[in-house]
Amino acid sequence: MSPRRRGTRAAAQEAGGAGPAPEAAPRPPQAPSHAGRPEPEPPAARIDALGRKCPLPIIMLAGQIGSVPVGGLIQVLADDPAARTDVPAWCGLKAHQLVAVTELAPRPGWAFLVRRCY
Amino acid sequence: MVYFDAASAEPMVPEAARALLAGLEDGWADPVRLHREGRRARLLLDQARERVAAVLSCRADEVTFTASGTEAVHLGVLGVVEARRSAARGAGHVVVSAVEHSSVLNAGAHAERGGTAVTVAGVGADGRVDMAAFAAALRRERTVLACLQSVNQEVGTVQPVEEIAAECEAAGVPLLVDAAASAGRMALPGGWSLLAASGHKWGGPPGVGVLAIRRRVRWRSPLPADEWPAQSAPGFPNLPAIMGAAAALEAFDAGRDAADAALRRLTSQIRERLPKIVPDVVVHGDPVLRAPHIVAFSCLYLDGEALVTELDKAGFSVSSGSACASETGQPSHVLAAMGAVTHGNVRVSLPRGTAQESVTAFLAALPGIVGRLREAMGQPAAGGRR
Repeated sequence: MSPRRRGTRAAAQEAGGAGPAPEAAPRPPQAPSHAGRPEPEPPAARIDALGRKCPLPIIMLAGQIGSVPVGGLIQVLADDPAARTDVPAWCGLKAHQLVAVTELAPRPGWAFLVRRCY
Repeated sequence: MVYFDAASAEPMVPEAARALLAGLEDGWADPVRLHREGRRARLLLDQARERVAAVLSCRADEVTFTASGTEAVHLGVLGVVEARRSAARGAGHVVVSAVEHSSVLNAGAHAERGGTAVTVAGVGADGRVDMAAFAAALRRERTVLACLQSVNQEVGTVQPVEEIAAECEAAGVPLLVDAAASAGRMALPGGWSLLAASGHKWGGPPGVGVLAIRRRVRWRSPLPADEWPAQSAPGFPNLPAIMGAAAALEAFDAGRDAADAALRRLTSQIRERLPKIVPDVVVHGDPVLRAPHIVAFSCLYLDGEALVTELDKAGFSVSSGSACASETGQPSHVLAAMGAVTHGNVRVSLPRGTAQESVTAFLAALPGIVGRLREAMGQPAAGGRR
């Protein structure tokens, strides 16, 4: 039994809100799939926080979100277990939009797609 | 040194120490023997059971002493599953909340390996269980047990136990209430079928848990048979510690209302001051429906382990639910279920008699410690919308 992340209201909320309709953009090969939803445009920046422990992925995200234009996307790659909770929680606190979370299977970790909102 | 980790262990109350010493003097014999010393030990054990039963508002013969709160939970959960296991109808279904103590979740996982189905009901951002989801899960066929804590051990949020107990009653499902975080501190909710608690959390000596099982509940020990009386966990009881725990519960519960008011005033102060003195801090849990002694918060961009270590150096003992501060490297399952920030986490839990000066000193020291650690971590420019 895995108590983590199962059936929480918070988890149900985090993927909600598709945001503004994305422009048509060629899909890069590494883009995550978003079954049944419009594809977001490719991210304007990427943060590789793989192997970084909490809270470094969040520090990197907070430090670099200003590098993409308002409305633009930034991708965060992270594999610390805390990132699975903390990236969505940080987006909620800071009123940026978490557009998607994709598992990096087969390797552990996630790709988080975040839209800068202001 | 200021000890702010009462939710892990409350310092022993004087009544506990006195009863423990009396138990070492008079309570060492085997309580199942018929000789004078055995009868005396049996009498002391029965008295301890009566004192605990009076606080729990149940019958003395419904109270079992165990070696820990964790063992009480394990026996409670697995004993109900065992009693309801049926060759024809299977191993049943158990409902738990996502923020239960690890002992409940681990007992569920253990039962799952034996074929029992387990549903984990989610919680809101305040840590309160999703009542509709919990109640819906109860209605599932062959539900043999529901488990809900009285109060969350990490963020202090009070759970809607009596409402869930009414749902359980209607569905004919026994309810196990893990009352470890609130027994002796708050009025216990009614409606439970089994109740588990832990002596060192109410100022008793370490090594005593309590499992109360209402007489109507079907329960069978999941452990090998034992020569000990039916109400006991297996093995020779640690009677001196049991006597200490019983005396402590009685004393702790008697001082409950006064302590509640005093501690609630201090924790309210911490909750209100924190966002004003520490930038980028999140205070967790329900601001009103909460235990009097617990405040949990997360400081963004900080390493929880470093924060606990620096606070310890400054003379403040606190705990943390951050992954880096845990044995497993996993963040707190409670904070994760709430969708809350898990890094930079601190739980402050005030023991009885905490002085205003201790809280004032803590609030004076914290901003400087957070600021220095953030500087060292290369914190991003502060600010941003909240």
